[in-house]
Amino acid sequence: MENLIALLIGAPLLGAAVLLLGGRRLDRTGHWLGTLLAAASFVIALVLFVDMLGKGAEDRALHQTLFTWIPVGTFQADMAFQLDQLSMTFVLLITGVGTLIHVYSIGYMEHDERRRRFFGYLNLFVAAMLLLVLADNYLLLYFGWEGVGLASYLLIGFWQHKPSAATAAKKAFIVNRVGDMGLSIAIMLMFTTFGTFAFGRVLEASDQASEGKLTAIGLMLLLAACGKSAQVPLQSWLGDAMEGPTPVSALIHAATMVTAGVYLIVRSADIFNAAPDAQLVVTVVGAVTLLFGAIVGCAKDDIKKALAGSTMSQIGYMILAAGLGPIGYVFAIMHLVTHGFFKAGLFLGAGSVMHGMNDEVDMRKYGGLRKYMPVTFVTFGLGYLAIIGFPGLSGFFSKDKIIEAAFAKGGTEGWILGAVTLLGAAITAYYMTRVMLMTFFGEKRWQPDAEGHEPHPHESPKSMVIPMILLAVGSVGGGAVFEFSGFVEWLEPVTGFEHGHAPISAAAVTAATVAVMVIGVGLAYLQYGRGPVPVVAPRGSLLTRAARRDLLQDDFNHAVFVTGGTHLTRSLVYVDHSLVDGVVNGTAAAVGGLSGRLRKLQNGYARTYAVSMFGGTAVLIAATLLMRAV
Amino acid sequence: MNPVNYLYLAALLFTIGAAGVLIRRNAIVVFMCVELMLNACNLAFVTFSRMHGNLDGQIIAFFTMVVAAAEVVVGLAIIVSVFRARHSASVDDASLMKL
Repeated sequence: MENLIALLIGAPLLGAAVLLLGGRRLDRTGHWLGTLLAAASFVIALVLFVDMLGKGAEDRALHQTLFTWIPVGTFQADMAFQLDQLSMTFVLLITGVGTLIHVYSIGYMEHDERRRRFFGYLNLFVAAMLLLVLADNYLLLYFGWEGVGLASYLLIGFWQHKPSAATAAKKAFIVNRVGDMGLSIAIMLMFTTFGTFAFGRVLEASDQASEGKLTAIGLMLLLAACGKSAQVPLQSWLGDAMEGPTPVSALIHAATMVTAGVYLIVRSADIFNAAPDAQLVVTVVGAVTLLFGAIVGCAKDDIKKALAGSTMSQIGYMILAAGLGPIGYVFAIMHLVTHGFFKAGLFLGAGSVMHGMNDEVDMRKYGGLRKYMPVTFVTFGLGYLAIIGFPGLSGFFSKDKIIEAAFAKGGTEGWILGAVTLLGAAITAYYMTRVMLMTFFGEKRWQPDAEGHEPHPHESPKSMVIPMILLAVGSVGGGAVFEFSGFVEWLEPVTGFEHGHAPISAAAVTAATVAVMVIGVGLAYLQYGRGPVPVVAPRGSLLTRAARRDLLQDDFNHAVFVTGGTHLTRSLVYVDHSLVDGVVNGTAAAVGGLSGRLRKLQNGYARTYAVSMFGGTAVLIAATLLMRAV
Repeated sequence: MNPVNYLYLAALLFTIGAAGVLIRRNAIVVFMCVELMLNACNLAFVTFSRMHGNLDGQIIAFFTMVVAAAEVVVGLAIIVSVFRARHSASVDDASLMKL
């Protein structure tokens, strides 16, 4: 069985290689090949999953060593994979949702002449993400991590003829590099502390290292997670990443990329458990991001950017849960999976709307689309109900558990975190209702564009609709399946689990969650449901205007890093010119001036040289006599 | 007669030769002054040989004469060829070895 693990990665990797190297001959069939190989990977994952279910909880983890990747003396980095329950969950999500997105892209990218290349990149993305979650050591994980960064760069900038897309791709790549630096420092620290990268040995030995070192490793891992998962302060790339084609956004937000940070933290659970300070920082980052993303999501008129804010916020929930320790790890992963379903469904729905509306993204120019796109409306609506935590749907179960765990953190921290998660739930309900109302309800607000083409909203082709339906089914049923099928027992051997003891009862938390959800929905209805939505955005309050600019994240980065960096380099250049060059040039000038004077001695007259010879001889004789006298 | 007087004479001759080398411009005269210095040295060698009662100094004097003869051959040849090229035997005219 363990020999199948490499095939999991191999199938999409083969697809990427064939599609990217194959050239134009594959233009007609390439997308089928790419989809088929992604599906093959999913089938292999299912086989492995069924096999894993048949075993006892303790011997479910599989290992496969392909070869020694870097052998240098006693240092060894293996190309080795590990498939345990945590990796299995991710593999199913990545390949399952990934395959659906491949199918969807067949229809969505139908008129793009570079579709073959697009599928090659999608396969590469899936392969890199699988490598990330299947690696059995941190160095190989880093390889997958960088592969994900590369594939996201290629896909976000897929429409590279648009300067905005090219810039967004570069931004995503550069911001991610900051996080990658954190991961590489963490790996170096691990190597100096434990002398190995392998998960098994690092994590087992983690209680022997000093707490200071573990805190440092934990914080560096958190920095890495912030970069990939778009957490404050490295969140700025996510909104701009919407420049990529919509299936890419769905893939980034649901199955690959942003989930990597959560995986990293949960995988390194033992390190975080032994470093409470690092854990606290993790929860703070999660709490800040979940409010940050939610507020941004409320103000955006671009449907994809509103959803991007939502992703940031939901990943904030997961990071917060992961920071809570053993009471939260399982729920972080549970929310990650349910989120994978409904967020992929929402993005594919948004793509379907754009497909019917001539690629218009401004929600103020939608309105009343439920009549024109009934299937998109229903699937998007189910995803919507799932994300706001409507009782019985998947988001309800997973988010409720995180809120409960946040309260169970205990003490003042528990109350603060619980309140933040509840507030986040209310804002989530508000902005998602806003998206829903502006897009599908009300009167139609679209107008002919500059060339006189009026959009004719229509339902999307089957290849796009079917994945949306499947994802909607997942959004509806996923939570209940996890809740009642023993997801906690499934993950417990890997991540550990403790029952949290909340200061208030679980029923009260659930009631509060539903109550704040109703309040959020009600507020949004009062604002957007009763009257017509203005086509031109009103000026809005100070907070709204700040949120439209992503809470000034770019202005902050510009002021601190761009301007600050420019001033720093300028002052360094000044020091270099005046001080370093001054010393070097001064020495050269002094030597040059002295030689210019010495040169005058060489006048070419033989007798001058004769005088210096006589003088020198006289001095030598005088010195000899003097020495003898002494 | 006290042999030290010969040393005084040698010193005098050497000084006259050295002054001639430094002061005179005519290459032939400078050359003759160099010979004068060599012979002053020879005189000093022979005198010391006599004073110390061994023959080393006299032998070195012969060596000096041989070397001086060889030097005359080379030196005169150079002076003649410089004279042919520049129509002048002045050492100051041949001051080309400078920047």
